[in-house]
Amino acid sequence: MEKKDHIISILVHNKPDVLARVAGTLGGKGYNIDSLCVNTTTQNDISKIVMTTSGSQATITRIENQLQRLVDVISVDDLTNVESVHREMVLVRLNLTAENAEPVKNAIDTNKWKVIVSGDTYLIIEITGDKRQIEFSLARLEPLGIADITRTGLVALTLED
Amino acid sequence: MKLKGTEIFLKVLEEEKVDIIFGYPGGAVLDLYDQLYESNLRHILVRHEQGAVHAADGYARATGKVGVCLVTSGPGATNTVTGIATANMDSIPLVVFTGQVPTGLIGNDAFQECDITGITRPCTKHNFLVRNIEELASTIKEAFHIARSGRPGPVLVDLPKNVMAAQYDYDPANIKIRNHEAVYKPAPKKMANVFDMLNAAKKPLIMTGGGVILGKASEELTLLARKYEIPVTGTLMGLGSFPGTDPLWLGMLGMHGTYYANMAVSHCDFMLAVGVRFDDRVTGSIETFAANAKIVQIDIDPSSINKNVTVDLPIIGDTRATLKDILRFLEEHHYTQDAGLRAQWLREIAEWREKVPLNYCKNGEVIKPQYVIEKLQELTKGDALITTDVGQHQMWTAQFFHFDRPNTFVSSGGLGTMGFGLPAAIGVKCAFPDKQVVAIAGDGSIQMNIQELATAAQYNIAVKVVLLNNEFLGMPRQWQEMFYNKRYSHTDMTYAPDFVKLAEAFGVIGLRATKPAEVETVLKQGLAADKPVLMDFRISRDECVYPMVHPGGSINQMTLGSREMIN
Repeated sequence: MEKKDHIISILVHNKPDVLARVAGTLGGKGYNIDSLCVNTTTQNDISKIVMTTSGSQATITRIENQLQRLVDVISVDDLTNVESVHREMVLVRLNLTAENAEPVKNAIDTNKWKVIVSGDTYLIIEITGDKRQIEFSLARLEPLGIADITRTGLVALTLED
Repeated sequence: MKLKGTEIFLKVLEEEKVDIIFGYPGGAVLDLYDQLYESNLRHILVRHEQGAVHAADGYARATGKVGVCLVTSGPGATNTVTGIATANMDSIPLVVFTGQVPTGLIGNDAFQECDITGITRPCTKHNFLVRNIEELASTIKEAFHIARSGRPGPVLVDLPKNVMAAQYDYDPANIKIRNHEAVYKPAPKKMANVFDMLNAAKKPLIMTGGGVILGKASEELTLLARKYEIPVTGTLMGLGSFPGTDPLWLGMLGMHGTYYANMAVSHCDFMLAVGVRFDDRVTGSIETFAANAKIVQIDIDPSSINKNVTVDLPIIGDTRATLKDILRFLEEHHYTQDAGLRAQWLREIAEWREKVPLNYCKNGEVIKPQYVIEKLQELTKGDALITTDVGQHQMWTAQFFHFDRPNTFVSSGGLGTMGFGLPAAIGVKCAFPDKQVVAIAGDGSIQMNIQELATAAQYNIAVKVVLLNNEFLGMPRQWQEMFYNKRYSHTDMTYAPDFVKLAEAFGVIGLRATKPAEVETVLKQGLAADKPVLMDFRISRDECVYPMVHPGGSINQMTLGSREMIN
């Protein structure tokens, strides 16, 4: 069966160990988590976990069923084929040198990247977008000399309930 | 009124109608044990924490109630892991209380500290670390509720010492817990589908599993099978869910299933699978399993559906409620089987049964294990609760003892835990002191928890151990004979204690039979005693369990006693 990327949105009771339970369930059954994002919802006692994983539809159904068994899991939704918006964020630190100062400045202007900290010898840029946009920007940044990056997991929200 | 944590603990256990706990004290739970000193709650002091969990497990399997144990922190807690994993694989409701170091020391590598909730996360249904006295009562209540609701399972509650010593104004009326009882009501359309599929079937078969026993659905299943003359096969965990002496019963299917059960599975065109999860020991090769059948699967846990075998009609629901719905629908819509077709199907099965009955080579010189089990059945008239360890003796028991009632066969199916039988029997006997409770064991398995003979002796828990002693780790030896060119690597157990003397040293009656003629006498003597007994049957050393489906093979390809493959 065809392997595809899937976005799974999981509502959980905000209890100790809940992330370990979710992650452990996947790891223990041999499934991989590609990215992960966790935070509380409008209710402090309920958290939302958005994770991306890949597998055949049968595998994804198995993952959903396994997660549903967890006592602290409220709901599990596969957003892959649901109308939804997706965002990731990446923070990029560029080291500034005499050679790259000009190309960096030009690239920032052209791509309208957001510089959030500007030092004498470095810049930190924040880029938000869907996975494709992030990949595109990182490809542009690569030749300018990336010192380090931190990338969030993907967050997703459906257009309707 | 302000109560200490230890007092709240006992109060909640009383509210949950706990009548017995199996445990072992230690530093972190001494406050609790001090409280127990003046309590009426029955406590059985085991000799190893693994024994405590298996005993609670046996109690739970035989009664359908939640089994409870109490152990200390650190090694006390880690010793419970095999027991917990055993219960988890077979969906047995347990609440395991572990002591923990004071909350202020957690994470400091304190003496006898271990992260037991972390360790048991993958092998419990759920677990809790009680962080403060306010949540103690509600956590314990929720633990019991989770253990017994939906698909049951073990729940561990970790109790830090300072929390148990703290005081709190406990009022049962103020305790609120989440409801974990998922309500599944199968759509009426599904009943119509079952009707149509059954109506179209010429060769229907019911496959019953542990979910029928856990769901207390034996009566409904038996009614369905008998009313419409549908033959029944079952998994190891399903033994007893349909009467083993009924002519419609085909015995167990799978790796060591009967020839006729496996042939019926391979030829049926409709299978109603109730409370089963299609374990690999049951299905053999998935591709050829019930290849001609439309399969309906009833299970309370959606994750059991389509996990191994892809089914045609999944029904997520309580086994009892769903079978009731099916019975009602069939009756309301006047389902009747085609008598001619059904007779033909049952005749086909009868021919398989005649061709290869469940059998063994009888022998006047050496004791055959199957003979011991047949004699046990005869002498108890089948009215006994049987526990087993894991291995050849377990399979012979499943094959040759006919279980007529649910909750009478207690065995570790999923995890396959050696050393389960004796402590489990102790738990069963505590629940049913007036019943004959027999632990059938192998000489390898019995040595894994033999220390529990002391527990049986201390409280005079009159369990009867039937030791089928072939001085081998029999099942690995059988695989070595069949698949490893008879290279018996480290399976010879000839160096063993004298089990009769050992039993006597523990204060248990020890008996021995070395010839077939002695079997009946020893069994009679052992069964009649009102004390715990260990009966050492020196059985034929190289007896194998047949039929046998090779691992991963199709279940209609079986090696029989005489070694030929039969299709």
